[in-house]
Formats: sequence, structure tokens, C-alpha cells
Amino acid sequence: MGVIVGHILLISAQVNTRRGVPVLEEFTFGTFAEVQRGATSAIATIRDNWVNYVALQDVRAENAKLKEELGSMQIGLQQERALAQQSRSLQGLLELKSSVQLKTTAAAVIAGGASPEFRTMTIDKGTGDGLGSDMAVLAPAGIVGRIIMPSRRAAKVQLLIDRDAAAGAIVERSRAQGVVVGTGTDRFRLDHVPGAADIQVGDRVVTSGIEGIYPKGFVIGQIESVDRQSGEFTNVVVRPAVEFSELETVLVVLTPSAGEAQ
Amino acid sequence: MKAVGVLIAVALALALQTTLAQLLVGGTAAIDLVLVAVVSVALTTGPVSGMLAGSVAGLIQDSLSTGVLGIGGLAKSVIGFVAGAISQQFILTSALPRFLMFVGATVAHAALFMGLNVLLGLRTFPAPWTAVASQAVGNAVVGMVAFAIMEALPGVIERRRAGRRPRG
Repeated sequence: MGVIVGHILLISAQVNTRRGVPVLEEFTFGTFAEVQRGATSAIATIRDNWVNYVALQDVRAENAKLKEELGSMQIGLQQERALAQQSRSLQGLLELKSSVQLKTTAAAVIAGGASPEFRTMTIDKGTGDGLGSDMAVLAPAGIVGRIIMPSRRAAKVQLLIDRDAAAGAIVERSRAQGVVVGTGTDRFRLDHVPGAADIQVGDRVVTSGIEGIYPKGFVIGQIESVDRQSGEFTNVVVRPAVEFSELETVLVVLTPSAGEAQ
Repeated sequence: MKAVGVLIAVALALALQTTLAQLLVGGTAAIDLVLVAVVSVALTTGPVSGMLAGSVAGLIQDSLSTGVLGIGGLAKSVIGFVAGAISQQFILTSALPRFLMFVGATVAHAALFMGLNVLLGLRTFPAPWTAVASQAVGNAVVGMVAFAIMEALPGVIERRRAGRRPRG
């Protein structure tokens, strides 16, 4: 019996589904995603009750402070709108193509990675919601990662901090190009930067969109340290803009299918 | 019955790893609860159960991660078997030997896992010592707590049952 099961497992591991994912992998992921959904839901209920109870003690003072903050943010928003309008007018004058509006869908994080060696997470939307492989996942602060395995009701996301993850990047100030790679820790490394490039600590790093997964111009992080030897960059460390341990909701960029794009 | 217990332990460890572990250690997951479960099963039930638990747990972990299916399974199978075999040869009932067992199992698992990845040219692990050392200590502490709970639980249940029995 054990031998038969072993053979079935081995064979199914080699056979791919129509989406190019091994049957065993998709079956295990799809099944366990439901367990993760239940466990996360139970934990979230307990956490919400606790947080709401504690938060009630200072809610009045916090409310007043938030109202004050909201007022100043609304003013800031109006200023931003005015600037955006000005920018659109200039773009029109220069006859530039207007940027494509990204179509996104929100998804909740239902689980973290199953193994500490891999930086992944599971979200509560899958192929049933229009998600597919290699779709970019964003947070308000910046880039989170990409979908690597969607099942019907959930999807596995590879975080950009994973050792196997990378994204084309540009240093916003100097427009120097490079590749941001994950290190498996809470920092990125900026590789393939030309020796003549102008890079300084504190520079903001954004996506270049060159790999065709992440939309161009989204924040990746900030340069934290720069090591140079004989005119070449040996180690450029980037601090992520996104706090990966605090992600609860993310946005998935619904890239158009090949047919739709044509 | 034993197999069901092993499967429940593995499923529980996986569920906790993907939910609680992220909250406890700020998302950097310095502990591998699945490995802790495999070593605990191996120490309490022996090498064959340890190997099977490691195999199942490792394969599921591989499926949920982004790596090649089988590497984690193979590493955890070996660790489960070796931990079970050691538990049958030596007395591991006191705290220090158990602590060292968890530390040793974590280091050996990391060496196997990383070694296989590097050998197959799949991944590189520049300077992994700090991460492995912190994970070894984290796993050992969690393992000790898990063992303490497992050993205290039957006594607590027995005392509660005895307290409910009608006297006279």
C-alpha cells in the first residue's frame, strides 16, 4: 500500500496541470489553503476582539487626533490634485502617452510561509477571481511580490524578499538602473549597477518594469548602505518600503491576458 | 492510531507555522515549527515514525513553498530517522540533552537542506550562520516548551478526572 501511494505521489509530482503546475503541488496547496483560511479566521476573530477592547479605552482622544490628521491630509490631497492636474496638462502639451490605469483587486493575506527558508504568503483570492501566475502584488507602501501559484480560491505569493525573487529597478534621483534581488532577510540587494552610476544612501528605488511583471515606477525601498571597491559597487543594500510582517490586505494587478492585450 | 496522532501533530505544526509564527517573530520566521514537530515525534515514537512524519511534513512544506518538491521532504525524513534512532540509543529525558537534540537537529537539517540546494545549483546561501544559529535556539526553546506541555498534559487530565469522581 505504501509503495503504491509512494508511486502515485511521485508520478503526480511529475505530471503538470493545464496551468503548468504539478498536480501534487496544486492539490496540496489548494487543500491546505482551506486549513489556513480557517486558522487565520479563528485567530483574526480573537485578535480583533482583543484589539477592539483595548482600543476602546483611548478611542475618544484618538478620534480627535484622527480628525485633526484627516483635515491636514485633505489639504495635502488637494495640493496633490492640483499638482497632478498641472502634470497632466504638461503631459498633454508634450504629447506623451497617458499612463495605463492599472486594474487591481484587493485580497486578504490568510497565511505566511510554510517554511522559514522561503518567503511566501497565501492570499484569499485565486483563479476564480481572475488571478493568474506572474501577476504583481502591491501594498500602499510599494511592491510586495508576484503570484507564483494560483488555485481556485487562493494564491501563493512569492515575496520580493525571497532569495529567488528579483525585479528590475531604477534609482529615482539619478535614473541609474539595476536589479533588486531578495536575500531571504528583511533587506534587498541592488545588483548589476554600473560602476559609473550615481547612488547615495537615502535614494529611493522604484521598479523599472523591465521584467514585465511589476508596473513601472512603484516604490521598492530606499538605499540603506553602499559599498564600493575599485570603482565598482560590491554591495548596495536596500531597505524595503513595505513592512512584510504587517501585511493584511494587498492589491493584485490584474494584467490583461494575451488576447486582451492585442 | 499512532499514525493519526503523527498526522495531527504535523498538520497542527504547519497551521501554526503559517499563522502564529509570522505574528510571533515579526514575519522573519526564525523558528521551524514543522521541524520541531518532526523531532518531537521521532523522540517519542522512534525512527520509523520520525522518518514518516518528516517525509509527510517535508513534502507538504515543499508544496507550500517555492522550492523543488522533495528537498525539504528528504532533509526532514533523514532528521526524523536519525533523531528517532538517537532517542533509542541514549537517555534523553532531562532538559539539556533534549535542548541539544533540537539544536543539533536544526543545524543538521539546515546543512542538508542548504547542501542539497547548493549541490543541485538551485540556491546560494551566503553567510547563513546567524540565521541557522538563531533558528536552532528558537526551535530548541519551542521544542522544550512543547515537550513540557506534552508531558504535563496526561497528569493534568488525570487529576481533573480524579477530582470529578464522586467520593464515598
